[in-house]
Amino acid sequence: MSEEVSAEILTTHILDLAAEGKRLDGRGPDAYRPVTVEPGFVTTADGSALVRIGDTAVLSGIKLEPGKPFPDTPNAGVLTTNAELIPLSSPTFEPGPPQPGAIEVSRVVDRAIRAAETVDLTRLCVTPGEKSWVCYVDCHVLDHSGNLIDTALLAAVSALVNATVPAKRFGIADADYPLEVNHFPIECTFVRLGDTIVVDPTFDEERASQGRITVATDEVGRVVAMQKGLVGAFSPDDVKDVVRRAFKHGERQRTLLKGGHV
Amino acid sequence: MGSVGAKEIPVLLSPEGLRIDGRRLDELRPITIHVGALKNADGSAFVEWGANKVMAAVYGPREVHPRHLQQNNKAVIQCKYNMAAFAVDERKRPGLDRRSQEISKVIGEAFESVVFAEEYPRTSIDIYIEVLQANAGTRCAGLVAASLALADAGIPMVDLLPAVAVGKVAGKIALDLKKEEDNFGEADLPMALVPQSGRLVLLQMEGHMTEDELAASLELGVQGCREIYEKMKAALRERYALGAGGPA
Repeated sequence: MSEEVSAEILTTHILDLAAEGKRLDGRGPDAYRPVTVEPGFVTTADGSALVRIGDTAVLSGIKLEPGKPFPDTPNAGVLTTNAELIPLSSPTFEPGPPQPGAIEVSRVVDRAIRAAETVDLTRLCVTPGEKSWVCYVDCHVLDHSGNLIDTALLAAVSALVNATVPAKRFGIADADYPLEVNHFPIECTFVRLGDTIVVDPTFDEERASQGRITVATDEVGRVVAMQKGLVGAFSPDDVKDVVRRAFKHGERQRTLLKGGHV
Repeated sequence: MGSVGAKEIPVLLSPEGLRIDGRRLDELRPITIHVGALKNADGSAFVEWGANKVMAAVYGPREVHPRHLQQNNKAVIQCKYNMAAFAVDERKRPGLDRRSQEISKVIGEAFESVVFAEEYPRTSIDIYIEVLQANAGTRCAGLVAASLALADAGIPMVDLLPAVAVGKVAGKIALDLKKEEDNFGEADLPMALVPQSGRLVLLQMEGHMTEDELAASLELGVQGCREIYEKMKAALRERYALGAGGPA
């Protein structure tokens, strides 16, 4: 049977189940798969974390290097987020330049980190206009079984929490010190399956869905980023509903940032 | 791969003949292997080798992309070796570079020498090697991981491919160099062995060695490969032991 035909049959089945409030893996509409955070997975990085949500795995590594502030923000350091959807992680990825999907993951993760003021960039400035830290957040998708955005942000923030500024190594200060993390954004992604909106979609549920929506919340009760993706639509009431659910899931997952599982 | 902090040459060999991490000259670093570490791949393996962490995945036999590479009499074997940006001390720019492309080529060719590619005409067997943490010897660790991923994917092969690098440290031939030894050592000679035939399907060398040193290195490398071969077989047996649940 061709891939297209089996995908079609699976989609019908997923939608039929969703109409009864059921899911293929037995979860309820508002249940996440098991979430685990393993900080410090890579010792060559200045901070790192391997995060699994179900069978999805993302490894995030932080690298800090001295560089130059941007001319328009002379008093701030630089933070860049990059997500690599490497072909190792899924039969659907092919080698080559970043695909739109990878760019979307990078940008949505970057936006949440930036908007939540996760890291105070002015604290990364060494000499205004001349020298500042450049903080690279690289997310490496190892296994793609759906919901990359939530997994990647949880990995990125956990890696930031785990990070040390290598000030001694670069001769900027006498000792290395922990990176200051001020806020803790958590992203929460939902997809529409018919009239049901389910959280933490699997790869097959994403493919079967009529629209995806991601809400990032922080620990002081702010919504800091949102992204609607894929083909489909949500009503304002749907959006209010997912925001409420996102706060609840965010609070639960925030306890994992220093390692652990729920 | 120069480390920012390392400015002076460390003592690589103690008067007792022990290396920087306390190993003897003919001793491997600790190796742990997890076959079937990934859900999506047809075959996969995660190898921790000293301070190296390497993941390999195999997809296929499947349709060939790009199409023009398709061969009518056998499968094409496409290998991609890649290093994560955070895998080394100084951040590596993500993406393909000349080093990765060369390593991908020689590893791919090593596997072409042992895989029964003619069993799967007009298909592609795709091998992906991701170095997540690097500490010298990543191509050998990657090759070992990929070989096990191929076996995990059920691809018929002549044999598994153990691999190891031999080098020269403080004038002595040493097995399986770690980073400091590689940075400050005098030679590096990675190899991959077909244990059944005793032949090498990957061999590279950089540095200075005399003819006698080279002969000794080959002997030490083959011995190291045979040791790794036993670990590889044990890891596969563990994965496919009765009651272990078999492949995911």
